Amino acid sequence: MIHLPVSKASERIFKIDPDTAPTHDIREELFQLEKEGELEVIRVPEPYMEVKTKFGRIKKIPLEKTWHHKSCGQCGHIPGYSTSIFWLNRQFGLDYYDPTDQTSCTAWNYYASATSNPEAQAAVAIRNFAAAHEVGYFPLIHCGTSFGHYKEVRHALVHQPELRRKVRDIMKRLGKKLVVPEEVVHYSEWVYAMRDRIAERQVIDMSNITATVHPACHYHKLIEEDAIYSEEIYGAQRTAIITGVLEKLGINVADYSTWFDCCGFGFRHILVSRDFSRSFSVQRKIEVMIEEANPDVTVTHDTGCVTTLDQSQVAGQAHNKKVGLPVMSDSQMAALAMGAHPYKVLQLHWHNTNNKPFMEKLGIDVKKKWAEFEVECDQLKSGKKEFMSWEDAEN
Amino acid sequence: MVLDLSINKYSDVTYEEKERLFEEAKADDRWEHILYGCYECGICVAACPSARFYDFSPRLIAQAVAREDVDLVYTLMNDSIWDCSQCFSCDRCPRQNSPGQIITVLREVAVRNGLQTAKQALEGYGRIIYKIMSTGSQVSPDMLQPDAFPDWGKHVYEIAENLDIWRRALPPETLHTTETSWKVDDKTIIELYLIWHMTGVMDLIEGIDEGLFMILVDVMEERLEEAGYDVTFD
Repeated sequence: MIHLPVSKASERIFKIDPDTAPTHDIREELFQLEKEGELEVIRVPEPYMEVKTKFGRIKKIPLEKTWHHKSCGQCGHIPGYSTSIFWLNRQFGLDYYDPTDQTSCTAWNYYASATSNPEAQAAVAIRNFAAAHEVGYFPLIHCGTSFGHYKEVRHALVHQPELRRKVRDIMKRLGKKLVVPEEVVHYSEWVYAMRDRIAERQVIDMSNITATVHPACHYHKLIEEDAIYSEEIYGAQRTAIITGVLEKLGINVADYSTWFDCCGFGFRHILVSRDFSRSFSVQRKIEVMIEEANPDVTVTHDTGCVTTLDQSQVAGQAHNKKVGLPVMSDSQMAALAMGAHPYKVLQLHWHNTNNKPFMEKLGIDVKKKWAEFEVECDQLKSGKKEFMSWEDAEN
Repeated sequence: MVLDLSINKYSDVTYEEKERLFEEAKADDRWEHILYGCYECGICVAACPSARFYDFSPRLIAQAVAREDVDLVYTLMNDSIWDCSQCFSCDRCPRQNSPGQIITVLREVAVRNGLQTAKQALEGYGRIIYKIMSTGSQVSPDMLQPDAFPDWGKHVYEIAENLDIWRRALPPETLHTTETSWKVDDKTIIELYLIWHMTGVMDLIEGIDEGLFMILVDVMEERLEEAGYDVTFD
């Protein structure tokens, strides 16, 4: 009998170590290109938090001077998502910038229809980065797909001199520079970096809540090395994003067997082949979560994931599937924990699945809160005021 | 629908034409970074959401392009690539392939060459292309209409009925819009149109939907002219 020198599983230690990372640190290549005059790097402004990524490298997460690269799907269809991000910034008195000189990344269309090309995609990204740099702020990307796509754009620009030349020429004709941020930062990384401060300001006890987490594919699968990992969360074998925040809020994060699966969004599918999106979302995600973890809520951090997981449950209900699980973003959960208004700030009336039992479990008087929101709407209808202000939302 | 991989499926298309399209894909700058061969281990299939619901296999696509099976690549370019969810779960390939990105490149070739199957895959998608190209935003609040999203239930009626008030009941000043997801500066849109012009993206639209192309050209050329640019997309 041959005895192989295999250590016991219990003795093996998996440790993330940047010295054994299988990839080069792209930031070193960026700074080298800057020295050669190929591009300009936008530095992460201070103050910033340092977090670990998949291979143990340190990533800087800016806390303020952030330029909010909004998401078309969030702002268009689930606007409480972005509103909660802004609300959190305001609560901490942080300097942030909500731009109008911003387009979407246009990557949703690119992944859906291929009616674009790498030059156009890179030029759109750099135009937005340049707009942030011109006003002295650092881009913070709200959408998971924009985040993943921009990391790919940065990767392509570093490794493809011809693409760099083309984009530099386009920027020159627009009167802009070829600028690339030192870090591509997703808003949920900012929420993660702020989790201790958020927990310090928590006013709603969430210790009776069980949640499942759905990490966005384009967050941790595209340029995977740039996602946040922590030894404290799943032993650094899965991304720590979202989970790290929820655990800090006292929430019980429950595991389920299809954690790695996508939400079913599909880019093209959610718009013109929704049978796929509905089926996958309900059968591979929502039903599995309910059967295996019986959560009160599922929390994710991307536009398409919230939309697909939430809206697909309508069809699931019609087919007597196990559905009825509220879907929220981590920004909404953090804001709710800090006492944000569920309708004026979280804007939960834009979500589809019934979230009232979840809020009632948290001790929130849903009827009272909705009545307060309706007062605001009545004032808008009567012309007493044109818009609801931040002051209205914060009172 | 079962994927028909018989050799006769596209026998009306010459081998030379199929080879030309494949060579176009292989000439893409990304190709050498997304294909390194294929072990046929099937890890990509195990992780693939589309493989669970369609007769679709990222392994089959990686195999076809790696062994340069021109006929099979052409069949897949027509009958399979549009089923991909573009989630990139397949990026966990132990050979460092990215079947999802291989598909992205094949889709671009299909669109650039106006393949009929690409046009069919994008049927009904024209309004989205119009929105993204003309406003820079993929979706907008006013797209939440019951006829557009019937399977999202009565909730969409409620949003559509209250859209104006609910948008004004958003605290961020940039979000009081209904036709775009946020308020976008005129100069930003002009810069976006100039990017479309300089990168030849409108040629792709023309190849897929000539009517949509003409509408977009009218909109863009008029706004560019108002902004002082003498630009034509022809």
